[in-house]
Amino acid sequence: MNSDSYPCPLPGGVQAHEYALSFDHGRRLRMLVVPALFDEANKLRHLTVEVMRRLDGTGIDCFLPDLPGTNESLRDLSAVELEDWRMAVEAAARHFAATHVLAIRGGGLLLPPGLPGWLHAPVKGASLLRTLLRARILASREAGVEETGEALLEHGMKHGLDLAGFTLSGEMIRQLHEAQTADDACLTSIEQDLVGGRPLWLRAEPDHDPAQADALAAIVTMGCKA
Amino acid sequence: MRSDTDRKLRRILSDVLGLTDDQVEDLTPDTGLFGHLPELDSMAVAGLFTEMEDRLGIAIDDDEIDADLLETYGALLAFAEAKREAA
Repeated sequence: MNSDSYPCPLPGGVQAHEYALSFDHGRRLRMLVVPALFDEANKLRHLTVEVMRRLDGTGIDCFLPDLPGTNESLRDLSAVELEDWRMAVEAAARHFAATHVLAIRGGGLLLPPGLPGWLHAPVKGASLLRTLLRARILASREAGVEETGEALLEHGMKHGLDLAGFTLSGEMIRQLHEAQTADDACLTSIEQDLVGGRPLWLRAEPDHDPAQADALAAIVTMGCKA
Repeated sequence: MRSDTDRKLRRILSDVLGLTDDQVEDLTPDTGLFGHLPELDSMAVAGLFTEMEDRLGIAIDDDEIDADLLETYGALLAFAEAKREAA
């Protein structure tokens, strides 16, 4: 496992370098792994990297790019749009010469067209947003402040919003509200029932389940090498 | 025999709380839920209600979510069953 980076386009035509975790041995099969979004990214990070270790073990190179404004990125998340994340994923796919893609949960909202692969438990942007808004309403209520989902969404689309510790731009919220999982014939969904175990993104704390990593890696490996 | 809502709600709680199958079976109407599990934050509670909406086919207004609803398993099940009957 290595620290790597990829050139990521910025507004105005310049480029920044974003971090990526890589298992790169110049092999034929090269998997771009697109992470889950927001709090789910934390809860699924361990599982995601363990899947990559297993894919590496079966002879598949893998790459996990940081999205601009997350993890080690120097970008300010509050100025980032969903479209910036899509451009970043496309740039990473190009830079690492990906032959396949594995998107985890909301990562499926960011895929470039034409790359074959898998969507693990894909979710609509509106569904992610609904849970983030609800968490904010519940936290505010505990602090004695009453907010409503409709009013928050309307305000957030215009002015941005702090949701579950993430400062999101109005454009991010607007684009997330509309975002649908990539609907491409070359993508296959892997629902949680097929993987088995409990969905780790629902848990209050990050956790890991090696059996789920085994199952996901096996499904992807069989598909890649079929 | 358990209702469909009961079975599905047990599964949702087991997913959110990370319960074993035995713990899920042991849930009774009096079993305390979130008041007894202070580590659950607003994000986990929000996720629970979004899952209930998706898997039970119901819509839940944010102002319906209050502490009493989450006091016991029986209270949450009664709420879910009433929602499904009204749907």
